[in-house]
Amino acid sequence: MGKMVFHCDGDRCIECNACVTACKNENEVPWGINRRRVVTLNDGVPGEKSISVACMHCSDAPCVNVCPTNVIYHTEDGVVLHNKDGCIGCGYCFYACPFGAPQYPQEGNFGSRGKMDKCTFCAGGPEEANSAEEFNKYGRNRLAEGKLPLCAEMCSTKALIAGDADEIADIFRQRVVERGFDSGGYGFQQKFGQQSGGGPRAGQKL
Amino acid sequence: MLTKKRTNSAPPAPHMLNRLASAVGGAVDRRTFLRRSGIAAGGAALGAVLPVGSVRKAAAVETAPTAGGNIEMKRTVCTHCSVGCTVEAEVSNGVWIGQEPGYDSPFNLGAHCAKGASVREHAHGERRLKHPMKLEGGKWKRISWDEAVNEVGDRLMAIREKSGPDSVYWLGSAKHSNEQAYLFRKFAAMWGTNNVDHQARICHSTTVAGVANTWGYGAMTNSYNDIHNSKVIFLIGGNPAEAHPVSMQHVLRAKEKNKAHLIVADPRFTRTAARADEYLRFRPGTDVALIWGILWHVLENGWEDKDYIRRRVYGFDEIRKEVAKWTPDEVERVTGAPPEQLKRVAQMMASNKPGTLIWCMGGTQHSNGNNNTRAYCVLQLALGNMGVSGGGTNIFRGHDNVQGATDLGVLADTLPGYYGLAEGSWKHWARVWELDEEWLKSRFAEGMMNATGIPVSRWIDGVLEDKENLEQPNTVQGMVFWGHAPNSQTRLPEMKQAMEKLDTLVVIDPYPTVTAVLHDRTDGVYLLPAATQFETSGSVTASNRSLQWREKVVDPLFESKPDHTIMTLFARKFGFENELLKNIQVNGDEPLVEDITREFNKGMWTIGYTGQSPERLKDHMKHQHHFDKTTLRAVGGPLDGEYYGMPWPCWGTAEMRHPGSANLYDTSLPVAQGGMGFRARFGVEHEGVNLLAEDSYPEGSEIEDGYPEFTMAMLKKLGWDKDLTDEERQTIESIGGDSVNWKTDLSGGIQRVAIKHGCAPYGNAKARTVVWTFPDPVPLHREPLYTPRRDLVADYPTYEDKTFWRVPTLYKSIQENDFSKDFPIILTSGRLVEYEGGGDETRSNPWLAELQQEMFVEINQADANDNGIRDGADVWVHGPNGGKVRVKAMITDRVARGVAFMPFHFGGHFQGQSLRDKYPDGADPIVLGESSNTAQTYGYDSVTQMQETKATLCRIEAA
Repeated sequence: MGKMVFHCDGDRCIECNACVTACKNENEVPWGINRRRVVTLNDGVPGEKSISVACMHCSDAPCVNVCPTNVIYHTEDGVVLHNKDGCIGCGYCFYACPFGAPQYPQEGNFGSRGKMDKCTFCAGGPEEANSAEEFNKYGRNRLAEGKLPLCAEMCSTKALIAGDADEIADIFRQRVVERGFDSGGYGFQQKFGQQSGGGPRAGQKL
Repeated sequence: MLTKKRTNSAPPAPHMLNRLASAVGGAVDRRTFLRRSGIAAGGAALGAVLPVGSVRKAAAVETAPTAGGNIEMKRTVCTHCSVGCTVEAEVSNGVWIGQEPGYDSPFNLGAHCAKGASVREHAHGERRLKHPMKLEGGKWKRISWDEAVNEVGDRLMAIREKSGPDSVYWLGSAKHSNEQAYLFRKFAAMWGTNNVDHQARICHSTTVAGVANTWGYGAMTNSYNDIHNSKVIFLIGGNPAEAHPVSMQHVLRAKEKNKAHLIVADPRFTRTAARADEYLRFRPGTDVALIWGILWHVLENGWEDKDYIRRRVYGFDEIRKEVAKWTPDEVERVTGAPPEQLKRVAQMMASNKPGTLIWCMGGTQHSNGNNNTRAYCVLQLALGNMGVSGGGTNIFRGHDNVQGATDLGVLADTLPGYYGLAEGSWKHWARVWELDEEWLKSRFAEGMMNATGIPVSRWIDGVLEDKENLEQPNTVQGMVFWGHAPNSQTRLPEMKQAMEKLDTLVVIDPYPTVTAVLHDRTDGVYLLPAATQFETSGSVTASNRSLQWREKVVDPLFESKPDHTIMTLFARKFGFENELLKNIQVNGDEPLVEDITREFNKGMWTIGYTGQSPERLKDHMKHQHHFDKTTLRAVGGPLDGEYYGMPWPCWGTAEMRHPGSANLYDTSLPVAQGGMGFRARFGVEHEGVNLLAEDSYPEGSEIEDGYPEFTMAMLKKLGWDKDLTDEERQTIESIGGDSVNWKTDLSGGIQRVAIKHGCAPYGNAKARTVVWTFPDPVPLHREPLYTPRRDLVADYPTYEDKTFWRVPTLYKSIQENDFSKDFPIILTSGRLVEYEGGGDETRSNPWLAELQQEMFVEINQADANDNGIRDGADVWVHGPNGGKVRVKAMITDRVARGVAFMPFHFGGHFQGQSLRDKYPDGADPIVLGESSNTAQTYGYDSVTQMQETKATLCRIEAA
């Protein structure tokens, strides 16, 4: 039994949103709820970088610690899941989460929050694996079918990868060795001042 | 008797000129007026978007993956772009319930972009056109298929009777499968017109013409996968990170594993440019100047491949003369590109080989687009990058089957296989169709059978122009949009008028499209629901010339029918079903798709679409995992040595088992394994200069020199005719004996024997850098029609006005007006990753629509501040032809000062008004928006009539 992780390679991500739509498709996620998003920094200027973000399935997950009804838990694979039946939509997990992963559908009047929804690493929920009930509440349980999350499986440039932490580390390590540098990791540019090539000249008038 | 109109008598002024006068003259008044109307419309909501959480709540219950438990996997191909990504569909009880990654595919290795990852939405199809409808008294009325075919058929036949067959325009599609595209062209021929065309006209027609006239074939020379082998990737006028995202997997792989330098030349700092080692910004519409500027450094320093040029290039000295004029200073004056950067780029390209050159619509959509595409080719020839793995001109086509629809002749100027409109071509196809040529002739108006039709970019002029100005008997009165978004074309205000002037307007499409709502007609509009490619089967040609076979995923939804079935119904109505489907089995109303493939296999000798039988294609899909992910070649297994999808040319008959040709013009391989020289398409000499290759020939060739294309007479001369079988000889004799060539020999014998001796059937010649049949034999820079640089017009003027492709076409009489004072900002356009084409399909898909809900214009900070525009505010973008769009401002340095950009996928708003109410109930796309082409302008390529959308002018004002 491994520890499941996502990793998004900032040198590969092109903000194509395949991960976002793959997630919608696989889990029938309704309009307005996005379990996964692509964040772009320095949009439109040299140094532009994109990264796909969802629940990171933390080992020391703050959401698990703050949940007042104790419905958020770790599976044997290290995936963070929750039991919607006990969720009261209080929003504590949203405050605690460093990645903005928890989502809340609108329920009833006055904007009241429905039960929290987030990325399940395509691992469903506490119900019987691949039951209709599980699908309706959480989407597909691909892990139970021996498959990985669809967002990573369909990533256009293989930027987003998912799987056992050891294997993901091997794949990424190999990429870094091949490239000879790692500007994909957070903080690399600050440390090594890596240049992104000749950009447009300031004030260049066409 | 209808006869062809003469054009040398003085015709009335083209209607475009009248528009110009008003645009130049009354600018101040109109601006005041527009500002007022802008305020008036300010309160109107910008399109109703679904409230959060209100869609698809119930959908999950019906599609629980385990329901039924019996899951069938269907393998098909994404219908969005030309990469050709395999889609693995999970189907349960006839319902498409899931999508799995297609890891076996050498093209996408499991990957998709946003569009590909969302194709299962087709199975929901909530916003589809669900049944035939007609507009009656301003209201949509549901009708049956019988009524639809009868009424539309009667109306079109009445037009044909009264005004001739050329008064109905058959607008086909890059969304057809190869079989449907072929049948469509055949159908139009039997209707009796060459007024047939499709999206290729407005996407890569200048590529096809420019490239084919340089070295023989107008297609991507290598493949997406072959980019793995490149040391330099020079990308100009393309944004694959949004338009072909999965191709970036191959580009980034070259960058990482091969240490390839990625150079992106584009007026806009695109998402692709953000991944580049070198971003080269230049002014829209100055591609030739930029390329000559790079080549200037190459030639100045002697970095060109002199031996390659001697052996394989014709006319290079004339290129040297032109390039010598493009000194770094002049290049900077015209393009704005920094001299030191151009030198660095030139050095990078010269010292890292092989290098590939990629372009897309940023290069093609110009009034001198054919010059751009040829200049790119010349640069690659100078560097010796053609015909080598890792090199080539990797032209990324747009739609999933725009390559196939082009190859199969859904074009106003060719028959399937690029057989030109000439007697010999008709004779050839009449033989394939087993039809009497005289009967075919009788279908056309006199003299029109070999007359190039009106291109799709100009259909509106075919309607609005005085008939005295048209080179056809009458104006266009019936228009059939068979899988085409009208908002992908410029001059929408005029298109609206044209639609209103038509007698009959027909849409055959899975969606109503903007055609259903743009006009204010109350009658005479018909919407017929077509099935998507997921609801039928057939072959599709990816950008790299590989064919793939699509399995049917689900049955046609609602009352929709596949295109080939609809063609059958109309052929039946028009009385030529027996001729159209003479050798094709018909089951009920549906022709057998495989029989159509087999029929075009029998006739497509010119480009080697003859070896890809349906059986071989299905085998390739089944054994996808046997193919190498870089070379595309099968390693072992039953298909050992074949290239995936048998990229054309796949010479000879299917029985010959030619493997296909992965990289065009590669002389390092025998022809039997996909090698070849350049095509001998332009004769053996020009003005006394040899056009055939020298000291260059494919590996293993028995003729160790250049040679012309093969004919029966040539085989006899070489003594190789004895290698023909009796059957082959008989076929050749029955067609015409010695005069029969590799293109007209229906037995395939000439091709087979030539290849047996190591020779390419089409000859072995030099590439020509001087196309003496084109307006500019050597590619020249010419300022766009709507240029902001009045100081350059005298030095680099556009063309003289002329009439070609049946319509008067203006160049000089537009450029001589100074629009730049009233319209000071350059306007260009492009794609967004979530949407495709006119966007009707993708904007109807909630998973995609949610990601891009608003039409916008990108404006540089400086321009925004100069014009009092704030980020996110509504603005009016005015075009010099009088069109205007109300969109959101996005302030960004992605565009340079003086340049604005709009995506072209939106539709359903027109000049500030939402047209949502005009769609049939429940078939309105989720997201509507203004079409960039409402503000886009006149301007057409001097060879192909490509529209000029990448360099025009606009004025942007706060709304």
